[in-house]
Amino acid sequence: MALEKPYQDIPGTTIFDADQSRLGYHLNQFCMSLMKADNRARFKADERAYLDEWPMTEAQKQAVLDRDLNRCIALGGNIYFLAKIGATDGKSFQQMAGSMTGMSEEEYREMMLGGGRSVEGNRYIGEDGDAQAHHQPQGRRN
Amino acid sequence: MAKITASVYTSHVPAIGAAIDLGKTTDPYWVPLFKGYEPSKEWMEANKPDVIFLVYNDHATAFSLEMIPTFAIGCAAEFQPADEGWGPRPVPVVQGHPELAAHIAQSVIQDDFDLTIVNKMDVDHGLTVPLNLLCGSPEAWPCPVIPFAVNVVQYPVPSGRRCYNLGRAIRKAIESYDRPLKVQIWGTGGMSHQLQGPRAGLINREWDNAWLDKLIHDPEAAAAVPHVEYVRESGSEGIELVMWLIARGAMDDVAGGPPPRQVHRFYHVPASNTGVGHLILENQ
Repeated sequence: MALEKPYQDIPGTTIFDADQSRLGYHLNQFCMSLMKADNRARFKADERAYLDEWPMTEAQKQAVLDRDLNRCIALGGNIYFLAKIGATDGKSFQQMAGSMTGMSEEEYREMMLGGGRSVEGNRYIGEDGDAQAHHQPQGRRN
Repeated sequence: MAKITASVYTSHVPAIGAAIDLGKTTDPYWVPLFKGYEPSKEWMEANKPDVIFLVYNDHATAFSLEMIPTFAIGCAAEFQPADEGWGPRPVPVVQGHPELAAHIAQSVIQDDFDLTIVNKMDVDHGLTVPLNLLCGSPEAWPCPVIPFAVNVVQYPVPSGRRCYNLGRAIRKAIESYDRPLKVQIWGTGGMSHQLQGPRAGLINREWDNAWLDKLIHDPEAAAAVPHVEYVRESGSEGIELVMWLIARGAMDDVAGGPPPRQVHRFYHVPASNTGVGHLILENQ
């Protein structure tokens, strides 16, 4: 019997369940390795070479090189693990989260200062909120 | 005998830790947040416990994907602040309470909750930010702390009901410890936030406050909220709120005592990506 997934009708949201975790095991463990200062230095010195030490898929490695966090998550990454890449780059959680919306850093920050993203229209896939697939990417430049 | 004197609830946003560590607490962005914790610090000063039982979640720090304990109790004598990728936070080493922790583990496991016993564990912002918010930035934390880590990273996380009932078992365990210790139980994490995907930045002030009302006055109803409602209404990371139910389940009224006294309640948006909630409830 497949896993029951009552959370799949929520737009713009990937739940890190056992299927995602299995898919992203090595990607996330690579991220985990960046908790050590020596590893951060080696990664920064030659990202490609460091990634090649891990049995990740080419798509996962490319997503990391591109810092495409939405792609990383689709390929099994979890935000708390991916945050180690952000920390290595000197990025805050806000910068990382914002990067997944298509908004500029300023636009995202403004949205948060204004009380955050509204849940209206963003509860179920098929509504018309700003997190719905047909409104991506967000932000004035898009 | 030991006694649970109060429960404390607070979000544990990493950016709050960064603001403290980088001396930004007087920046206009942060002033309203820290102001909301001033009464809490005064209360803490006047009501210093002997031990804090601190429920939090590890954010891929001590636990990678190699092992994912649902409930992990820290039984060590001390816990080092972790390097989460930015270098370890400049905060005191956390002193544990191995005797009480072992007693709780024994009592709760025999009460049918299968805890993981952890004798070596670094602690991340989930544990140290709440300590800063209530205790400031002292040379040493004011009392020993028993870290209690809950998996809210990989689904399935424990249900709100399970957490609430676990709180009841923890209360029983603490109150059967034969030394006269004053123990506070803290539940941390939440409130609404989503850190991932096109829906990142979701905040639901109304839902957060309605949930807080329920937690205070009708904890049974709060415990009955299913996972998917947290995710849908308060964001994928809003699920951390199940941890508050462990602390709430440990209060006297749940075991037939009088309702708790509300000492302080505070809500603020935003801290980075997050709706910050905070509550102090005292047993009467």
